[in-house]
Amino acid sequence: MGATRRGFLKGAGLATVGAGLGLPILDPARLAALPDGVRESGPLSRLAIVVDVDRCRLDGVRQACIEACERAHNVPHLPDPAQEVRWIWSETFGAALPDQVHAHTPAERREAPVLVLCNHCEEPPCVQVCPTGATWKREADGIVMMDMHRCVGCRYCMAACPYGARSFNWRDPQAFVPTRMDGSPYSDYPMRTRGVVEKCTFCAERLREGLQPACVEAANSVPGGQGALIFGDPTDPSSEVSRVLRERHTVTRRPGFGTGPNVYYVAPAGAGAAADRGGPS
Amino acid sequence: MIDRIFHGGLRYRLILAAGALMVLGGLVAYAHQLTNGLGVTGLSRDVSWGLYIAQFTFLVGIAASAVMVVLPYYLHDYKAFGRMVILGEFLAVAAVLMCMLFVFVDMGQPARVLNLILHPRPNSVMFWDMLVLSGYLLINLVIGSVALDAERTEAAPPRWIRPLIILSIPWAVSIHTVTAFLYAGLEARPFWMTAILAPRFLASAFASGPALLILLALALRRYSRFDVGTKAIQALATIVTYAMAINLFFVGVELFTALYGGNPHHTEPFAYLFTGIEGRGALMPWVWTGQLVALAAAVLLLVPANRRRHRILAVLCALVVGALWIEKGLALVVAGFIPSPLGHVTEYAPTTPEVAVTIGVYGVGVLVLAMLYRLVLNIRERFEMA
Repeated sequence: MGATRRGFLKGAGLATVGAGLGLPILDPARLAALPDGVRESGPLSRLAIVVDVDRCRLDGVRQACIEACERAHNVPHLPDPAQEVRWIWSETFGAALPDQVHAHTPAERREAPVLVLCNHCEEPPCVQVCPTGATWKREADGIVMMDMHRCVGCRYCMAACPYGARSFNWRDPQAFVPTRMDGSPYSDYPMRTRGVVEKCTFCAERLREGLQPACVEAANSVPGGQGALIFGDPTDPSSEVSRVLRERHTVTRRPGFGTGPNVYYVAPAGAGAAADRGGPS
Repeated sequence: MIDRIFHGGLRYRLILAAGALMVLGGLVAYAHQLTNGLGVTGLSRDVSWGLYIAQFTFLVGIAASAVMVVLPYYLHDYKAFGRMVILGEFLAVAAVLMCMLFVFVDMGQPARVLNLILHPRPNSVMFWDMLVLSGYLLINLVIGSVALDAERTEAAPPRWIRPLIILSIPWAVSIHTVTAFLYAGLEARPFWMTAILAPRFLASAFASGPALLILLALALRRYSRFDVGTKAIQALATIVTYAMAINLFFVGVELFTALYGGNPHHTEPFAYLFTGIEGRGALMPWVWTGQLVALAAAVLLLVPANRRRHRILAVLCALVVGALWIEKGLALVVAGFIPSPLGHVTEYAPTTPEVAVTIGVYGVGVLVLAMLYRLVLNIRERFEMA
């Protein structure tokens, strides 16, 4: 039919251009396999993490996640907490999800520690404001990437991020990167220079090798941490993430901002476990 | 003409020496910052912009000095501004130059500054701000030089300059608007995300720019043979008065929306500024002083007799500049970060190197402005004729 033919020609044209530019999204094989118009229908896939707040309560679990991330990415440990670099860290439930607490929320739930990290938003404000394209949203899986070689260090993204998920290297980080006994760094992840912004990338470098993000892997390997962090594609109905999002009551941070976070939280049961689990969901 | 730029009286040479000293101190401090990173400033992960970006914001306002004389002079043929126009344009040049330097010293990787041009992203307001600021600098530099040249040769300025002059008027509006949009488009910062921000920037700019211009004109009148004329100063004083009144009104409108509306995310930064949060309120004395001084200056300026007496007018203009410096050069940027989106109250105070770099950039402004005004004086005092 005419439409199909036009679609094919458009696809072929795009594919040629795409191949020339080295853009994987316009890969000819991929386009040929897709019916006409499917690219307009939504993202090909998404990656998300579900944080089960109750299972994160054990200090050991959160510590394992944080340490695994920091070792995998050579995250520096700066002496001044005000100038720290953080990829994944602990906040209280009330601070991380202020929309989920009120005056009579029991302190136990309000103060429950939760893991927070970059939300890899559907509409990332950091990407919108970046003047150089040093941070961008990857089309194929929605990861908000960061090019620390292009970043000019203007910190506009830090002002724009409603989650405090972006860290600036106020000092030369290399002197503060934890090392093994022999002085070598824990991973070969590139060292950063001072004056650039960095953040969680859902372990894009590990995903490429078929591994899970370091924090997710660490949580699952710690006693009591099984399922504290679940990673997967929420657009794939058969994924574990999809199952949890279907069956449990989950929330995202600051939904009113319209950023569309891809990190979900299974609210803590706390003192009102019955109310949380029993409500219509 | 240029070769006589260092010639002048003792006072002029003292100003140049002071400016050079400021720049020197700034360079030493900047070298320290360059070597050790922005960690030498008082900035933090929670308050990631501070004194530098606040000065940038304040000085965009000072650059409005040009448009408030250009508009009456060229659009309404208000002849009294004849000698004032060039002073306004050159003040704008110095101010925009300092704006750019403040953004530059705030960058973590200044060596990569060209990435802003090599990889431009029109979705970023910063891209547009860079565009309008550099455009405004260029426009005022060209208009100022052409006007100066016309005066030197005692000829009418060329006809092609007129469209550029007309263009400079909406362009001036754009620099305040786009700079306000840098802030007002951030949902993470409810303190900034308000539609009144751009109008507020315009009003405070039309107050602070002309107020500084009055001070400079009064100083030139007193210490040189260059007199812009009483009528010009009076007209400019009226502009400052109304702009200041409108700015206060806008601040009031914003306070009403935030405080009566009562959205906690909107109120908290105001609470931090005016009462402190959890016992922390480093900006409180500044903000109260700034708001009271702004109010007092506006009320006193409304009395015509105060505007007519140049001594009083000078004091009131200094108060206007000071109050608006506190408002835009200090409180506006910092309070946007307090409390943080996670509700943490991290305070900010600039460090010595940070203050020294800031003074250094102002030193560049002093030097540029002094030399540009020297050019104007040289011609007006007919040094060339001698």
